[in-house]
Amino acid sequence: MALLAIEGLSKSFGGLRAINGLDIHVDEGEIVSVIGPNGAGKTTFFNLITGMEAPDEGSILFGEQDIVGLRPNQILQLGMARTFQNVRLFPAMTVLENVMVGQHCRTKAGVLGAVFKTPGQRAEEAMIEEKAKEVLSFFGTRLAGYRHDQLSLALSYANRRRLEIARAMATEPRLLLLDEPTAGMNPRETVELTELIGQLRSERGFTIVVIEHDMQVVRNVSDRVIVLDHGVKLVEGTYDHVSADEKVIEAYLGRPAERKG
Amino acid sequence: MSQVTVPPAPIEVELRPAPAVEMRRAARLGLSGGAAMVLMAATGIVATFQARMAIDPILPLGLLFLYVVALAFGWMAGQPPLTLEGFAPAKVDGRNISAGALAGGLAGLCVGVLVILMTVFDLRGVFVELSPDLIEVLSFGLPVAVAVPIIAAISSVAGALGAGMHRLPVRIRRTLLPALIWVVVFSLMTDLFGQLFTGLSIDWMTTLLYPRRGGPLTITGAVIVFIAFLALYWYLAGRRTKLRQQVAAMPRQKRLRWSAAATVGLLVILYFVPKVMGPFVSQILVTAGIFLLMALGLNIVVGYAGLLDLGYVAFFAVGAYTAAILTSPQSPAFSPQIALIAAIPFVTLAAAVAGIVVATPVLRMRGDYLAIVTLGFGEIARILLNSEWLAPYFGGAQGITNIPDLQIGPFSFNTPQDYFYPIFLFVVIAAYVTLALQNSRWGRAWMAMREDESVAEAMGVNIVTAKLSAFVVGAILASFGGALYGAQIGSVFPHSFDIVVSITILVIIIVGGMGSVPGVALGALVLIVLPNLLREFSEYQFLFYGVLLIAMMLKRPEGFIPSKRRAQELHQEEVSQDAWLEIYGEAGATNEPVPEGQT
Repeated sequence: MALLAIEGLSKSFGGLRAINGLDIHVDEGEIVSVIGPNGAGKTTFFNLITGMEAPDEGSILFGEQDIVGLRPNQILQLGMARTFQNVRLFPAMTVLENVMVGQHCRTKAGVLGAVFKTPGQRAEEAMIEEKAKEVLSFFGTRLAGYRHDQLSLALSYANRRRLEIARAMATEPRLLLLDEPTAGMNPRETVELTELIGQLRSERGFTIVVIEHDMQVVRNVSDRVIVLDHGVKLVEGTYDHVSADEKVIEAYLGRPAERKG
Repeated sequence: MSQVTVPPAPIEVELRPAPAVEMRRAARLGLSGGAAMVLMAATGIVATFQARMAIDPILPLGLLFLYVVALAFGWMAGQPPLTLEGFAPAKVDGRNISAGALAGGLAGLCVGVLVILMTVFDLRGVFVELSPDLIEVLSFGLPVAVAVPIIAAISSVAGALGAGMHRLPVRIRRTLLPALIWVVVFSLMTDLFGQLFTGLSIDWMTTLLYPRRGGPLTITGAVIVFIAFLALYWYLAGRRTKLRQQVAAMPRQKRLRWSAAATVGLLVILYFVPKVMGPFVSQILVTAGIFLLMALGLNIVVGYAGLLDLGYVAFFAVGAYTAAILTSPQSPAFSPQIALIAAIPFVTLAAAVAGIVVATPVLRMRGDYLAIVTLGFGEIARILLNSEWLAPYFGGAQGITNIPDLQIGPFSFNTPQDYFYPIFLFVVIAAYVTLALQNSRWGRAWMAMREDESVAEAMGVNIVTAKLSAFVVGAILASFGGALYGAQIGSVFPHSFDIVVSITILVIIIVGGMGSVPGVALGALVLIVLPNLLREFSEYQFLFYGVLLIAMMLKRPEGFIPSKRRAQELHQEEVSQDAWLEIYGEAGATNEPVPEGQT
């Protein structure tokens, strides 16, 4: 059944229609790739469904609930977490703290609890830390050991991307939105991450929507591919179906010049 | 916290020789130093303190101040460059000392030029302080042609001495330098030490060091202080690290017992501080304690949550006025008077409400806008308290007087000495709250909001609650400061709550080290205690603040005692391994790619 159902979603910035009447559905347990040329509206699409920007029109059903108009933190609470195209961590916080922030919405200790160190607060704090470490262990030795206490600004680019995924995982989402997770990674790391995306579903049970430019990755991870161009859904289907589509080739490469005569 | 890891060297590489000290840099430093010395002369520091002896009768304070600058710049000029990975450690040789001498000499020449200009032209029309007296002081009463080379020479020697410090073996340097600094401290804070000796009933020390009551440190006194501290630091050198290692090696149980004993010892000493130091110093400590209490509160708002609040004084005023209205028989609006201790819950409540009132309109604001709006709130609070309109409630410009002293059970707190204890208690509470919140769910949420508000929200932090709670916690701590302040002074007036208080508190956190409790405490010490102890220099207090702030922002933007994360954040380039990679190439790097360009 559809975990995410979007109908007639539109968003304009001034005269630019970034998203134009988009209908998309994502089923539970699917991995869906969203591709399209630069400026196609992929990131805007993520911003709209996570509540970071308000749509002009359309409905977004997440599970059974209409989430249009909810604050980003409320949408996250319902189980939708994302990463960012231009890696947005909390730079002056440690790796572990970054992930622990992800647990914020699943816990409830207040300021007074922290001041009086109530047993409940202490137990919860230990639980948060354990959960964060468990999530980080998903990335093997990459973010393990001494890295827990490193500031996230000290991490390599690839590790920052991994940490962003870990932070999203720590929010215990049902739907994970990954915005260009392999951008800036070398080929070996890209292969590694491709496998990880698969494991995110098989081991953790997340439904995943991924924006990706690397076609190798798209082919390897996705059950279904959605092609966006100028805010409109161009084609939708399996990788093989989509990659053979004329409209898609045209959107990426342009129309062949008209022959005269 | 784990150590910064050094990438293992895969190949033996010859270390590059360290770069030598640059003479060009020394010359530039010399000119900067000269500018500083000329400025000191032109602001009147040199001439004013010429009559005040640093060490009686050989060294007047004015000249000491002047040539200490040459010494400091010589020290900087002769400083060997930082050893980067892959480079051999820098050697200190004659070149360093020449650099120091060059810097000092150039600085002295600048002063010489000033003397010449002063003799040739009459500059007093513009620079009031450039008087004939100053010429007399600077040139030692000698003719200009003789004086200028002498000034340059003294300054040059001072610079060389400064640079020469780097040449000394570490142990000697670590002994000599603090001993010299203590001599200066003893010569500047004559009253403080006089009071200390009286309080400890060792008046003979006063007779020994300051034979003229309230007079300057004598040469005998200076020698005694110097030798005493030389011996002390010589004894301590090396033992300190050993002691630290011993403590680290102790089993947990034993270490806990020792730290408990140390805490008790510290508390005992603190108990005697106000008794020994008398009312004058106690009053300074009480004032500093109130500022520290507020600084710890603001530290949560600015340091943790990143909400730059320039109207923080409003919460101080709320605390002071709430307590005053509830406890004073003179308060115009509210006749039943209750004890301060009973008023504290109401003060807390009022502060919480004030925090919410200020926070609500600024919920959707960030950065600069937030700062400006809170600045406005601070002023509004003061103007309202001062207004005729609300005078029936707050007393207008007359304020509220006759606030009774704090009374807890049989204990009555009347003098500054008495107030030291409750204020100390509140400071400890505030420090505890600060530390407890640092590693808590909301502490992390605040920090996340400081780092990136939209992402924090997208990661599940309720920004509204986060902002409100940060403001409320900060407001409550400031209100405690206000309540104690009113009770201690005995009255509250609107003009006590102007913008300067907000600025001072902010400067305390910035200079001390944002986010770090010991840092904030040191900030209060430097910015409140020190100026009050050095009242004779109060004319130059804000000059000192200004210089201190600029110097800190340039050289140590993270503050005196920064939290670890801030230090790392602000010194990324210095930690980065560029020089290292240049030699080792890709092989020296870890197996991960270096982030380049991509952000």
